[in-house]
Amino acid sequence: MDRYRTQQIGFAVMSLSAIVVVAPIMIVIGIVLVEGARAISWGFIFSMPYEGMKEGGIFPAIVGTLILTVGTAVAAIPVGVAGTVYLAEYAGDTWITRAIRLAIVNLAGIPSIVYGLFGLGMFVLFLHMGTSILAGVLTLAIMTLPVIMSTSEEALRAVPMEFRTVSASLGGTRWQAVRYIVLPQALPGIITGIILGILRAAGETAPILFTVAAFYLPRLPQTPFDQVMALPYHLYVISTQVPAMPIRVQYGTALVLLFIVLSMNVAATALRSYFRRRRQW
Amino acid sequence: MVRPLWQNWALSLYNKIFGKFPGTGSSETAGKSWAEFFIESVIRVFGFSTIGFVLLIFLFLLKEGLPALWEVAPGNLFGTRWYPTFNMFGTLPLILGSAYVTIAAIVIALPLGVTTAVFVREVAPQWAREILKPLIEVLAGIPSVVLGFFGMHVIAPMLRSALGVPTGLSAFTGAVILAYMSLPTIISVAEDALDSVPKSYRDAALAMGATRWQTIWRVTVPAARSGVAMAVMLGMGRAIGETMAVMMVTGNAARMPLSAGSLFMPVRTMTATVAAEMGEVANGSVHYHTLFGIGIILFILTFMINILAASAIFKKQRKGGLR
Repeated sequence: MDRYRTQQIGFAVMSLSAIVVVAPIMIVIGIVLVEGARAISWGFIFSMPYEGMKEGGIFPAIVGTLILTVGTAVAAIPVGVAGTVYLAEYAGDTWITRAIRLAIVNLAGIPSIVYGLFGLGMFVLFLHMGTSILAGVLTLAIMTLPVIMSTSEEALRAVPMEFRTVSASLGGTRWQAVRYIVLPQALPGIITGIILGILRAAGETAPILFTVAAFYLPRLPQTPFDQVMALPYHLYVISTQVPAMPIRVQYGTALVLLFIVLSMNVAATALRSYFRRRRQW
Repeated sequence: MVRPLWQNWALSLYNKIFGKFPGTGSSETAGKSWAEFFIESVIRVFGFSTIGFVLLIFLFLLKEGLPALWEVAPGNLFGTRWYPTFNMFGTLPLILGSAYVTIAAIVIALPLGVTTAVFVREVAPQWAREILKPLIEVLAGIPSVVLGFFGMHVIAPMLRSALGVPTGLSAFTGAVILAYMSLPTIISVAEDALDSVPKSYRDAALAMGATRWQTIWRVTVPAARSGVAMAVMLGMGRAIGETMAVMMVTGNAARMPLSAGSLFMPVRTMTATVAAEMGEVANGSVHYHTLFGIGIILFILTFMINILAASAIFKKQRKGGLR
């Protein structure tokens, strides 16, 4: 019948479009992997750059990204998790709660470069932190809040209502239910959200452009008020700002950045599916 | 005791923010200790802090950006020439540049994203779904600077030789990269929308003798259309705000993109301008204020897009489905 022919052709076109979507992803990862692997060596990862970054390694940029990532986690986790607990466990459906949700949606949508401007205006200049790890970490932390909060809220809401009811029926207060029942049950989901959030911080360039990133700084930071090099910014610098940069080093840097970010991504996904399969409810 | 209205209002606001004190005999606070009261207050304050952050961001943008309005003559500020070294701060080419690249990106991403979402949700066998979904999540995780780098080194040279144009760094290259960066957003929101179409709609169409293909395009997708529209809006918000990849592949020439031929010529977006120039300006200069002014435009644009999206989400919570 004719319309079944249409359906066959239609489905074929659709699977083709799905291939058009995913094939370039594999191509990007494949090319970066193959080209970058040639640059990777112990020296590339664990030594300082010299000769205007054309020689040596990218160690300070890797350390800088790790510092920024851990710092962002330290700053964002308390606010993010506590805020989520409020939204999911305490808040009713009032106009204030709706305003909070609206704020979260908006924080998630603000362009990363606007976070950079805000960090420059508030932390670097107004609070006199200067271009420093502290200013960069605080900027990145605000940027990751919406990711952490929306993912962890889902995790808290997935805990069945009965758990809380039982706790209350035994005379527990609301905080006791949250502390001893809901949070432990939702922990894997919350950790997934945290990883997804700080992974975004690890890969972003725009927010750190004016708040922390150093162009070329072949030593490790000593205090939170130092600048650091960071992998994403370093990749931007060596691929656009430095003439005659060896292409091998550029691909190597891209590969290290991609490896750090994607391994966090895979860890988050694996954690989520592992605990989803294991949970009893 | 009759309190004036504003006192009642203030008291209820206070209670909402800090909760009721323990030991006041109300049933809500029975068994609660002062430690718990303290912890719960902290949790509340952190919950409200998100509102504070949005306000702070807007305030600081206004503080640094508004002076541009009286430091630069309006004719200059909304003119067609952006040459900051010659005191020409025409933002029009930048605004149009952003609009041009974003629209081109959506033209590419909309058909791809919607058909892929429909494919994943309605057509694909289980094994294909299990390959596609993680890959799309991986795409969302690739840092924009890596995609920009890839665009510079692989896509741009390919375009240059394929089209015989002087440079591969063009609006089109930017649009392709932006399209792929907005695809994960478009696909996941559109999938949610399709998900919330009741199964009975599909069953009814199939029972009437429609093929699966007819059911999808005449029943399921139309029923999910507002959710799909929201997916496109959010994808657009993502594309307007994207910075690094766009800066690396669009060539950054601040010219008015007015003809169809501009698609294969360099353009410069608002985000790329801020990112490229803010590092070199003196704090408090006219140029500095103007760049923050561009930040205000970006903030307001994405704010409006997200308000629209959020209102759809709130409607979904009331109606029980993203349709």
